[in-house]
Amino acid sequence: MTHQKRLSVVPAPHDEARLEALFRTMTLIRTVERKLLDLFASGKLRGTVHTCLGQEAIAAGVVGALDPARDAVCSNHRGHGHFLAYCGDSRGLIAEIMGRPEGVCRGLGGSQHLQAGNFYSNGILGGMSPVAVGIAMAEKEKGSGGICTVFHGDGAMGEGAIYEAMNVAALWKLPVLWAIEANQWAQSTPIAAEQAGDLADRARTFGVGVDIVDGNDVLAVNDAARAAVETLRAGHGPRLLFLQTYRLGPHSKGDDDRDPAEIERHWADDPVARAAGLLDSLLTADIDQAVSADIDAIVDGLLAA
Amino acid sequence: MTTYLESLRSGLHRAMSSDERVYMFGEDIADPYGGAFKVSKGLGTAFPNRVRSTPISEAAITGIATGMALRGMRPVVEIMFGDFLTLCADQIVNHATKFRGMFADQVSVPMVLRTPMGGGRGYGATHSQSLEKIFLGTPGLNIVAPSHAHDPGALLAKAILEGRDPILFLEHKMLYPADLLDPRGPVSVETVDDGERWPTALLRNFDSGMPDVTVIAYGGTARLILPLMEEFAAEEIAILTVLPSRISPLPEDTLVEAARRSGRVVVAEEGTGGFNWGSEVAATLNDRLFGQLHKPVRRVSSAAAIIGASAESEGDVLIDEADIEDAIMEVLQ
Repeated sequence: MTHQKRLSVVPAPHDEARLEALFRTMTLIRTVERKLLDLFASGKLRGTVHTCLGQEAIAAGVVGALDPARDAVCSNHRGHGHFLAYCGDSRGLIAEIMGRPEGVCRGLGGSQHLQAGNFYSNGILGGMSPVAVGIAMAEKEKGSGGICTVFHGDGAMGEGAIYEAMNVAALWKLPVLWAIEANQWAQSTPIAAEQAGDLADRARTFGVGVDIVDGNDVLAVNDAARAAVETLRAGHGPRLLFLQTYRLGPHSKGDDDRDPAEIERHWADDPVARAAGLLDSLLTADIDQAVSADIDAIVDGLLAA
Repeated sequence: MTTYLESLRSGLHRAMSSDERVYMFGEDIADPYGGAFKVSKGLGTAFPNRVRSTPISEAAITGIATGMALRGMRPVVEIMFGDFLTLCADQIVNHATKFRGMFADQVSVPMVLRTPMGGGRGYGATHSQSLEKIFLGTPGLNIVAPSHAHDPGALLAKAILEGRDPILFLEHKMLYPADLLDPRGPVSVETVDDGERWPTALLRNFDSGMPDVTVIAYGGTARLILPLMEEFAAEEIAILTVLPSRISPLPEDTLVEAARRSGRVVVAEEGTGGFNWGSEVAATLNDRLFGQLHKPVRRVSSAAAIIGASAESEGDVLIDEADIEDAIMEVLQ
């Protein structure tokens, strides 16, 4: 699958506030992820992290379409962005990854196993799809109106549990939103070497409606997610967002054998820069500065403790 | 008389009647079929929305139950044959049993996976096993395996309504038609609780004094031991049989106390030989009673081999009365 760069539509005036909020979330994610990689490089973190550099528009746009009070999110190993978009608790996240008792799971979960409110992540690829179907069924039976969103990368589409889960969700018309982040690389293997056929098409054979979206256009992602959430709440069964993007950072900490020129090309389609380009540059500089200062203070505080 | 199967069915019925959060998932469990072994027969008619026949997708239904449990429901899954638990393994080991601990006690997963184990019906190598050894000792997982000396329906209802963590609930195919034991029969049945109120049945073929041999077993193996206890009673050999209902974690104190009484212990199970439940029981008794036993703990199990479909192969491979009798004679020497 090739990534096609698409120009973002200039937002209508009434979308500016929404765009600003989404940009703020994306900036928070970008800043935290970069900080985590720095902390690793300087030997201040143990374990591992899988950052989502380049995929911030998906986390912000999809999770931004949810009602965190009643909707659940099932996330994966690359879940910091989803978590920050869900609750914004950057201190809880960073402390968790540092293994501190102030972490959202007291340091027991670590990067890949985060839980707060209706948010659950796990490091087993594909494995949260059945769990998401169960969550959606529970909410449907309770009549809460809540839905469940589950994130997977395109690499995880090799896991059978996803298709078992999709079949049941479609059969029972359960409110599950699959958000597939097609970032084109599965750890070190290009997706074309792992997946046969058209990945986005797979869900359609279960009768699951699919929207193919430019995953680096945060407004397009948010629009598609909001429309999907609406159909889920109306009881029309599951949908799948196939979000085309590119992983700009390494798989985990520094393990990257990709052609630097390829990565460089994709920086031209950086979703954070694209969103910034639609906003006033003074405003984005302010947001950038404020978020950086905030994260620096959190990390300094944690390191000093 | 109530059979083991009827008891389970009424336990399911009680659980579903008393709590609307109880949902059942499984292949072919709805009426009129009522499950491959008919344990759920009638439930789908009584609770049509909450008894769901599912696609043939063991991983999915285990994960669905996990998600339901995370959100406050009390799901029950029937896995048609215990052999199919391999298909649920990732959901059990890396999802359901992980969440409470790795999410720092902020969530709980009260779910029950019921499944029949055991050979003796000629179903062949992939439909006759007792695969619990794969899951024994899994942190966060309780494994409950009642025999007909327990009240299996009451245990199932308790597992469904009161469980806090995932429970693997093992039934035995050969026990389904068996009548529950009369506690006042020729072999007496007394029940003691472990610390967490999972009962252990103590069976005696003698009225007073100390036993000559302690037999430790669970589930379907109980049906092989009962006739032996009656035979040994005629020879005035006193046997105390200990049948925990929760086999993992072990009810250590109860086992140690029962072993101490005779100093001669046989551990019997239907799973394959080696690296099994009996190994853990023997190691525990060794730790706690080193130097106090008259004989080494004698383990009896099925052979470490596939269970062929033929009656001859089942006879060769599966544990039987004669294996247990030989072991009892050996520790008596």
